[in-house]
Amino acid sequence: MTPDDLLFTKEHEWLRIVGEAGTIGISDHAQKELGDIVYVELPKPGMKFNSGEPFGSVESVKAVSELFIPVSGEVIEINEDLGAAPEKINEDPYGAGWMIRIRLSNTDETGDLMSAEEYDEYIQEAAE
Amino acid sequence: MSEILDANLLREDLPGMSELSEVDVVRHFTRLSTWNYHIDLGLYPLGSCTMKYNPKINERIARLQGFTLAHPYLPAADIQGALEIQKALETCLAEISGMDAVTLQPAAGAHGELTGILMIRAYHESRGHPRKKILIPDSAHGTNPASAAISGYVIETVPSNIRGTVDLGRLAASVNEDVAAIMITNPNTLGIFESDIAKISELLHSRGALVYMDGANLNAMMGITRPGDFGVDVLHINLHKTFTTPHGGGGPGAGPVAVKKMLEPFLPYPVVAKTAEGAYFFEYERPQSIGKIKAYNGHFGMHLRALCYILANGAEGLKEASEIAVLNANYIRAKLKDTYALAYESPSLHEVVFSDRLQARKDVHVWDIGKRLIDYGFHPPTVSFPLIVPGAIMIEPTETESKQELDGFIEAMLAIAREADETPETVKTAPHTTRVGRIDEAAAARRPVLRWKPE
Repeated sequence: MTPDDLLFTKEHEWLRIVGEAGTIGISDHAQKELGDIVYVELPKPGMKFNSGEPFGSVESVKAVSELFIPVSGEVIEINEDLGAAPEKINEDPYGAGWMIRIRLSNTDETGDLMSAEEYDEYIQEAAE
Repeated sequence: MSEILDANLLREDLPGMSELSEVDVVRHFTRLSTWNYHIDLGLYPLGSCTMKYNPKINERIARLQGFTLAHPYLPAADIQGALEIQKALETCLAEISGMDAVTLQPAAGAHGELTGILMIRAYHESRGHPRKKILIPDSAHGTNPASAAISGYVIETVPSNIRGTVDLGRLAASVNEDVAAIMITNPNTLGIFESDIAKISELLHSRGALVYMDGANLNAMMGITRPGDFGVDVLHINLHKTFTTPHGGGGPGAGPVAVKKMLEPFLPYPVVAKTAEGAYFFEYERPQSIGKIKAYNGHFGMHLRALCYILANGAEGLKEASEIAVLNANYIRAKLKDTYALAYESPSLHEVVFSDRLQARKDVHVWDIGKRLIDYGFHPPTVSFPLIVPGAIMIEPTETESKQELDGFIEAMLAIAREADETPETVKTAPHTTRVGRIDEAAAARRPVLRWKPE
């Protein structure tokens, strides 16, 4: 089940908002499509991104893919554990496999993002 | 030695090196060679890589003493033959591609891309501004965006349409005065001819932008159409694909770049030129050149092999090679399309892309199919590329394979599809007949062991 407290991008990133802070990772569907993840490149805390800009990349045995930030903000923390254990993204994409935490520039910016239900429909349609 | 190095850097004992007799060494390497798979052993259907047979006559010519003992530092008068060969190859490649001038220096396709994009940058700079962006279709080889980024450009992706070709409308929306060039592969990585290519070129040219073509798939069009005739300004050519020089471990690559007239001043130096008296020499005085991008003038031994292939085939032979390459790919397509799902219905040229969609229902994926092919005695095709096709299986037989070899491959693919349906575990745990079974690729990438250490 896709957790219903998350918002999703068409590029398969998720965002969990608590107050002004947002946690970002990639969806269960994305990790399955990528296959075994072997490396993650993440930004440094303090870096700022505009909504939709690439903030890093994820490398699997199949391909390297860019990661796109769902909303504008400043990176306040990154998941250091992924350096030694990128497999956490495969094992627990919505939990231990989180990637970055940001301070949102604008909490009203989430209009273009999908709810869990909308996202499930979106990947279902893409499959057909 | 102690005068130039600190004492702590000096070794006191000899390192623990193995000592082996000649026969042990010979047997070791001979044994390793028998565990290998290579083009002299069978079909190597790696799509986009064009693993065609490398004729032995190329090797005989390249081993002639007059060539092996020559050196680029010899006086020009002593290497006239070698220079003439490079010039002759440039002329042949320009004729085949419909371009005006060629550099032979780049050592591989990606190196050719970098050279080409640096020339595009130099061209725009000479007109006042290098511009900002390079447009790249989403089906492109990964090296395209890498080359553009290293050259200082921002990459903008152009989506494909349902036919698997560039979406002209979406492209038109992206073309403006910030665009330096498009990097386009034709036929593209799906093996589909970009039938709008002339319109695409016109569109780019109308805004002062250039057209770079990735010539990885030139093998599909020799003697049939020419990039220079459909508006391409810069093109790299892989001698180790289309022109039968060895790949990878078999020898260095070569990625010559062909350009239209207005880009000629920017070619890397030296270029092979001719004096008024008709003698060849390396010309270094090229004030607008992007500079040197390779030692001397590239991999001469590969230039020699490629010219040998071109002259042995002649114009008619090269055209026939392209026609048979397309025929072979379409033979495989026709025989497999009811068993493996075609990624796109558009006609295929020299390679065909399937997806593992039907087999994935039983949880058998493209990498399982690839591994199982090894048990049947074939090299796997390219898998998981192009990225726009989930579970992509990309098959390029090339023209050098006989019908018997293709039939053997087709039989193996059909047998694997049956196994995927009836006994999926057999496929999912393949290979079963190799010295080493399935390797844990994720562990190898996550925790690589990059250095041998004595135990």
